Amino acid sequence: MEHRFEQATGQLIVRMPREVDHHSSGQLKQETEALMGRYPVRGLVFDFRDTVFMDSSGIGVILGRCRNLRFAGGRTRAIHLNRQIQKIFQISGLHKVIDVEL
Amino acid sequence: MVRKEMKMEFTSQSENEGFARVAVGAFIAGLNPTVDELADVKTAVSEAVTNAIIHGYDQKEGKIFITCQVAENQVEICVIDTGCGIADIEKAKEPLYTTRPELERSGMGFTFMEAFMDEVWVASRVGEGTRVTMRKRIGKA
Repeated sequence: MEHRFEQATGQLIVRMPREVDHHSSGQLKQETEALMGRYPVRGLVFDFRDTVFMDSSGIGVILGRCRNLRFAGGRTRAIHLNRQIQKIFQISGLHKVIDVEL
Repeated sequence: MVRKEMKMEFTSQSENEGFARVAVGAFIAGLNPTVDELADVKTAVSEAVTNAIIHGYDQKEGKIFITCQVAENQVEICVIDTGCGIADIEKAKEPLYTTRPELERSGMGFTFMEAFMDEVWVASRVGEGTRVTMRKRIGKA
């Protein structure tokens, strides 16, 4: 997984793992928090291009980071969602909380 | 009517979440599920197994049992743990409800199982364990 921070736009792009479940979400959360502490993040982008599976564990990770960033006035987006992940977003209502681009 | 059955048993480490959903997915492949149906079943299994690991066993070691039956175009999956059990099942099923807010989880586990499967039953006894039974018809269209 290669996350990256774009200085010019203040965007942190988080490359989501292949499978986002309880097992992978702990590390994902730690990595994202560490980067948010290190850089002046103004926007957070969860990039699902490599992700083939996500369960409700992913929602906690995304919502938690989204809330933290919102206190600082930043926006969160999710990009490159496959159908299964779109469905997860819809059922959980996450698509109403953060911006989604397919 | 041909009835196929499988049983599996594994320890409650989070590494096994992926193994469990993939194994169930492979077992039901004979029903020729669509990509979406397969994803639905895998998600529901992942939710039930994760609940057993986090809540049933409180992340300590225990055994998780899965039985899976297919008959005609229906699959029935039971995910069983012998952990702490659920005191209030109706409460546990409420969307966004969680007994472990510090883990920053969504409280959507049962909601997802119910959304992705046709029927979900939960039987539980405090101190003895929990059994989640889920059914789904494959190839409804």
